[in-house]
Amino acid sequence: MDLTFLVSGHASGPTLVLDQPLSFWGGVDPATGTIIDAAHPQLGVAITGRILVMPSGRGSSSASSVLAECIRSGTAPAGIVLGEADPIVALGALVAKELYPDRVCPVAVAADYPAATRTESITMDPNHTNG
Amino acid sequence: MLSDADQAMLHGETGPHVALAMRIVTGLAAASSARFLLDISRAHIDGCLYNGQASLDFANRLSGVQVTVPTTLNVSSLDLLHPDLIQSTPETQRRARALMDAYTSMGAQPTWTCAPYQALVRPAFGEQIAWAESSAVVFANSVLGARTDRYGDFIDAAAAITGRAPAAGLHLDENRQAGVVFDVAALSTDLKKRDAFFAMLGLIIGSRSGKRVPAVVGIDEATEDQLKTLGAAAASSGSVGLFHVVGVTPEALTLRDVAPADSPIVEVDGEMLRIARQQVNAGADSSRLGSVHLGTPHYSSNQLDAVLAALARRAVKLNLYVSTGRDVLVRWGKADLLTELGVTIVTDTCTYVTSIVDPTTGSAMTDSAKWAYYAPGNIGVRALFGSMEECVETAVAGHLVERNDQWI
Repeated sequence: MDLTFLVSGHASGPTLVLDQPLSFWGGVDPATGTIIDAAHPQLGVAITGRILVMPSGRGSSSASSVLAECIRSGTAPAGIVLGEADPIVALGALVAKELYPDRVCPVAVAADYPAATRTESITMDPNHTNG
Repeated sequence: MLSDADQAMLHGETGPHVALAMRIVTGLAAASSARFLLDISRAHIDGCLYNGQASLDFANRLSGVQVTVPTTLNVSSLDLLHPDLIQSTPETQRRARALMDAYTSMGAQPTWTCAPYQALVRPAFGEQIAWAESSAVVFANSVLGARTDRYGDFIDAAAAITGRAPAAGLHLDENRQAGVVFDVAALSTDLKKRDAFFAMLGLIIGSRSGKRVPAVVGIDEATEDQLKTLGAAAASSGSVGLFHVVGVTPEALTLRDVAPADSPIVEVDGEMLRIARQQVNAGADSSRLGSVHLGTPHYSSNQLDAVLAALARRAVKLNLYVSTGRDVLVRWGKADLLTELGVTIVTDTCTYVTSIVDPTTGSAMTDSAKWAYYAPGNIGVRALFGSMEECVETAVAGHLVERNDQWI
């Protein structure tokens, strides 16, 4: 998987491919790690521990702190693979890494996003981005 | 890429808090492929809304540092003027207050509004600023012609502390050109005068623009409040941080000013507006309405006047909440005329971001596409969308009053 890291870190796990972009704020419950956006086709699905594969973030700029709160409370995805760089998602993971350095959620952009959506599991490794 | 002063901040020469702030700014610069940083002259921070312990941990980590540019604060999770409205636990309220105090102790102004442009600050055309809060971002860029990227939690404070932001996104000329044109010429002039039209158009634009800047043609005039409504909706259903309305917004005197000749065109018709409304309303129970919500984004004094006129001295049977900034409310000066009719005025926060409404009382009605979009996830309340007039009539009657002929 050819990945460009926005927030560096190691992660691996089963993918959760989102059919639509997701706003963490109003879209994910940090207490449970499930999607709560009523307009999202994957309402009720758990993101915790998965490699979240989504085309981009969406909507509100409060999403960064909700992602950070998910990372703090252990309900976050293991890592996030995006179709295009998303600063709001990157910031949430970046600040969480500053505050909670033992709980890193790497964020990367996939060079071949459609391929990422067809993968059942992804290993995110900043040292081997072509693996 | 970094100036000497940037390097000094990054290396801790002005203290560890500034170094943390600069790591966030440069981290974002890397994520957004910025080649350098630029000066910003104002900041608007939305990190003062309590989104869990992480938001407080971050603010506390910065404790002791001061912002270096004039900085306003977005809505919080509390209403300090009407504290009895807030239903969250005492512990959550204590943390929310600690978060607010952390930001004011950094020198940010206790404005507590998502619409600081209404009575507090008016960034100039072309001014480089760092604003968070998606509806304020889109207003500053589109209506005022100021320049901010779509900032959010953390980077807002980091920019306010360092006075710097990545030279990327909507700060730059090349990213302010439209990539898609929405043509509403086929719709009636009467429809295009209505606020509800702007809300539904915003939803359509947001969901269809992707990362492209949208331009709208076919609107001859619009009030600032209508443009505020359009932007807030487009920033909810999508990631719109800037839109142009040709002949109305300041960067778009003509279509050619803002859009290449080969830009794709979306022709908006009445059916698209009806579908947008149906999608908002899906899931709400119109037979069991518990409350009505106006003022997302925070109402202007003109909008408060319009609510007062629509009420026409009639008391409400359903709880009617009207959210506005404390600055606007003081300047407006007629709060008593609303409250004596049973209206609940909310300041410093908003009814869809904190615990004010009991979700077991039923669905809600709102004139805000943004409220309808986020309330189900945030507070567990589904919403019906209606015009402000429909919302007021519903609140007065105590049950749903629709006037479909009025706007579509």
